Amino acid sequence: MYKILEKERWSESVFSYIIDAPYVAKAAQPGQFIVLITRPTGERIPLTIADSSAEEGWVQIVFQVVGKSTLELSLMEKNDELYSFAGPLGTASELENFGGKVVIIGGGIGIAPIHPIARKLKEMGNYVVSVIGARTKELLIMEDKIREASNELIVVTDDGSYGRKALVTEPLDEMLKTEGENIKKIWAIGPPIMMKFCTKTAVANGRGNDIIVSLNPIMVDGTGMCGACRVTVGGKTKFACVDGPEFIGGLVDFDEFMGRQRQYIEKEKNALESYKAKLQKEGRV
Amino acid sequence: MAERIKAAEKFKRNRVPMPEQPPEKRVKNFDEVPLGYTLEDAIEEAQRCLQCKPAACIEGCPADVHIPQFIDKVIDEDLEGAFKEIKITNGLPAVCGRVCPQEEQCEEKCVMNKKGKPIAIGRLERYVADWAREHGVGDEKPQKSSQPKKIAIVGSGPAGLACATDLAKLGYDVTIYEALHKPGGVLIYGIPEFRLPKSIVDYEINKIKELGVKIITNYIIGLTESVDSLIEKYDAVFLGNGAGAPRFMGIPGENLNGVYSASEFLTRSNLMRAFDFPKYDTPINVGKRVAVIGGGNVAMDAVRTAKRLGAEDAIIVYRRSRTEIPARAEEIEHAEAEGIQFELLTNPVRVIGDENGNVKGLECLRMELGEPDESGRRRPIPIEGSNFVLDVDNVIIAIGQSANPIVARSATGVETNKWGYFVADEETGHTTHPKVWAGGDIVTGAATVILAVGAGKKAAESINKYLEEQG
Ligand SMILES: Cc1cc2nc3c(=O)[nH]c(=O)nc-3n(C[C@H](O)[C@H](O)[C@H](O)COP(=O)(O)OP(=O)(O)OC[C@H]3O[C@@H](n4cnc5c(N)ncnc54)[C@H](O)[C@@H]3O)c2cc1C
Ligand SMILES: Cc1cc2nc3c(=O)[nH]c(=O)nc-3n(C[C@H](O)[C@H](O)[C@H](O)COP(=O)(O)OP(=O)(O)OC[C@H]3O[C@@H](n4cnc5c(N)ncnc54)[C@H](O)[C@@H]3O)c2cc1C
Ligand code: SF4
Ligand code: SF4
Ligand code: FES
Repeated sequence: MYKILEKERWSESVFSYIIDAPYVAKAAQPGQFIVLITRPTGERIPLTIADSSAEEGWVQIVFQVVGKSTLELSLMEKNDELYSFAGPLGTASELENFGGKVVIIGGGIGIAPIHPIARKLKEMGNYVVSVIGARTKELLIMEDKIREASNELIVVTDDGSYGRKALVTEPLDEMLKTEGENIKKIWAIGPPIMMKFCTKTAVANGRGNDIIVSLNPIMVDGTGMCGACRVTVGGKTKFACVDGPEFIGGLVDFDEFMGRQRQYIEKEKNALESYKAKLQKEGRV
Repeated sequence: MAERIKAAEKFKRNRVPMPEQPPEKRVKNFDEVPLGYTLEDAIEEAQRCLQCKPAACIEGCPADVHIPQFIDKVIDEDLEGAFKEIKITNGLPAVCGRVCPQEEQCEEKCVMNKKGKPIAIGRLERYVADWAREHGVGDEKPQKSSQPKKIAIVGSGPAGLACATDLAKLGYDVTIYEALHKPGGVLIYGIPEFRLPKSIVDYEINKIKELGVKIITNYIIGLTESVDSLIEKYDAVFLGNGAGAPRFMGIPGENLNGVYSASEFLTRSNLMRAFDFPKYDTPINVGKRVAVIGGGNVAMDAVRTAKRLGAEDAIIVYRRSRTEIPARAEEIEHAEAEGIQFELLTNPVRVIGDENGNVKGLECLRMELGEPDESGRRRPIPIEGSNFVLDVDNVIIAIGQSANPIVARSATGVETNKWGYFVADEETGHTTHPKVWAGGDIVTGAATVILAVGAGKKAAESINKYLEEQG
């Protein structure tokens, strides 16, 4: 079970896997995630469901190598089996025909999870404007798929190596200023700092309640049993794994959220270093 | 074969103590603290039993273990017979012998308790079960499945395992769905290794699998599949999903880095083996000084785990006095021997953080005891102006668990009460849905292993009756 059916490398550090997981595929909806473990001594890592097929029984995950567990995952090969793969977790995105334009923003690895959301919103009759951004051209993923899932696409890079040289917040700000209420809803998924600034932009335009962000705090079980994932939303403590991961951006305490993500940074760094050293010794890198 | 001793001699003798790892040594490892009886110890203890008829001790056991009968067989060194006698009513003796609050159950009712020297029933039960495991003595295999009827069980804690065992023995086709990657429930993710070695739980689960029970892990009922869908596909459904959702206090600073729920802290250490980081990948942060808020068994497990993970000062913060502490006497004694500190009559009001958002202190109020409240315990009242700060690096909150709504949300026609627990008949576990039974913590709220086992067994019996009636 949980066999890797396809493995693709999309950039230096981004990989796409298709996993054999018929139960998860059957129930998966946009906005939800899975938790996987590579091998019995591994940790539980949450990853968003980038795509799935109930008929064919597979789930796609797209991940970026940031630490030991994702590095280890990236070293697995087609036909290898994951030790554990559970989901779908979290609540689904609340998608409907909002009767106008919807702006969908994906930054970096966050482009993968916005894909099913954009596609579904377009299917439902919304006019979807997608804004995707990356630090540099090499890191931009899924451009064609997002274009297909949208009515309009704006591409930005931080360094101007491709598309417009801008941060994703810039086109968002312009649209909110020129089109105002015609923009009914905003989704922003990407690095925490990007979601924070997209929210700031929305709030500055009086739209703090119309922006949805997807939070990725540190999790353990992912099913509401531990509280590791707690975030403050609208002054209340929420469990991102069951109450989210999507929340109204304008209500999120981003500073607390980002601080909590750094809890294990020292241990994680050491684990990554010693794992890399081990790989080197074994001649695997 | 050992002799039967005279009654007068029985009264003279004392309880046979159980050897333990010395405190200085055990705070540095996660190995089991009590080391278990030898055969000689077990016989000597068994000889004290008066073989009462009727036996008061059985009344105190929620599983009706045939206590004098199994004890008698121990004297005869018929350990296999003793094991079979226990197994008639209790599927998890190695677990219960270790974690049952015996002093409130079987041993409290034991007539020898009048003299303060109850028979060490738990220790004997543990001895017999360990012997059976070490000698590969198992259950009788059920007759090949004669029953085409299928039963789904949600959750693989003691309630689900007990229900599955009995139904499998009756020949039903039983499938357990478990959300986590390992079966066992609290036995695996909650109760620490030093009180209940995981190898014992794994052994019991393998035995249950040998009965033909299928356990599907990584399968979250309510998300991967709804209870409604199970009801459609199976002839009966048992809900044993436990009450594991952590409660927080709602005080300022609770989301600072370094504040854990006991569930998270224990899950990281037990299930994910963070105590063995970096061999296992899940990290855990334990500073020099750790405060654990609460006074129950969960709090004791958390504080003793913190000590073993390197905390120099591991402190219980509890708002009432020593007499009201709900944890088992044995656990408190073990904790004290290990150097755990107790800040009693103390209630936290705020967690204090440093400039980086890490915990640096816990502000508390001293309390005094007032009149008894509804629970009969004296109500703690804050002493105004008594605020003080405990310097700590971690705060672990162990003030109780509640129901996780994921399962109930997907179960049409299965009623819950105002706390989200399933409404079920006390005798049968039958819920308000004709095809659905429930038992364990998700019906009673956080309780005990043996009560969950009992609830699983009652439900199995009721399910069998229902399915036989259905024909
Ligand atoms: C609901 C949810 C959905 C997610 N979806 C995706 C996805 O689709 N693709 C993807 O690449 N990543 C996703 N993540 C993040 C992913 O889980 C982490 O990158 C991964 O767990 C890191 O593990 P590691 O051992 O490689 O790195 P670590 O060594 O654990 O961490 C390295 C760095 O990543 C940060 N980090 C650690 N754990 C997490 C975490 N659980 N969430 C966020 N950041 C973390 C740390 O602060 C640290 O700076 C998601 C997280 C959540 C909670
Ligand atoms: C730290 C701690 C220490 C304890 N110490 C003792 C002790 O010393 N003695 C004692 O008698 N009792 C003790 N208890 C209490 C005892 O463990 C519980 O009362 C008992 O485990 C309840 O059994 P259960 O089967 O109802 O639930 P649980 O043991 O909680 O098992 C429920 C299972 O259901 C699974 N589940 C939950 N939701 C879903 C879902 N949606 N889909 C599929 N599966 C799901 C869970 O993952 C879990 O495996 C302790 C509890 C804790 C937390
Ligand atoms: S199951 Fe528990 S209560 Fe019953 S006899 Fe054994 S230790 Fe005592
Ligand atoms: S009550 Fe005590 S002495 Fe009597 S049979 Fe039970 S264990 Fe033995
Ligand atoms: S990850 Fe444990 S409650 Fe959310």
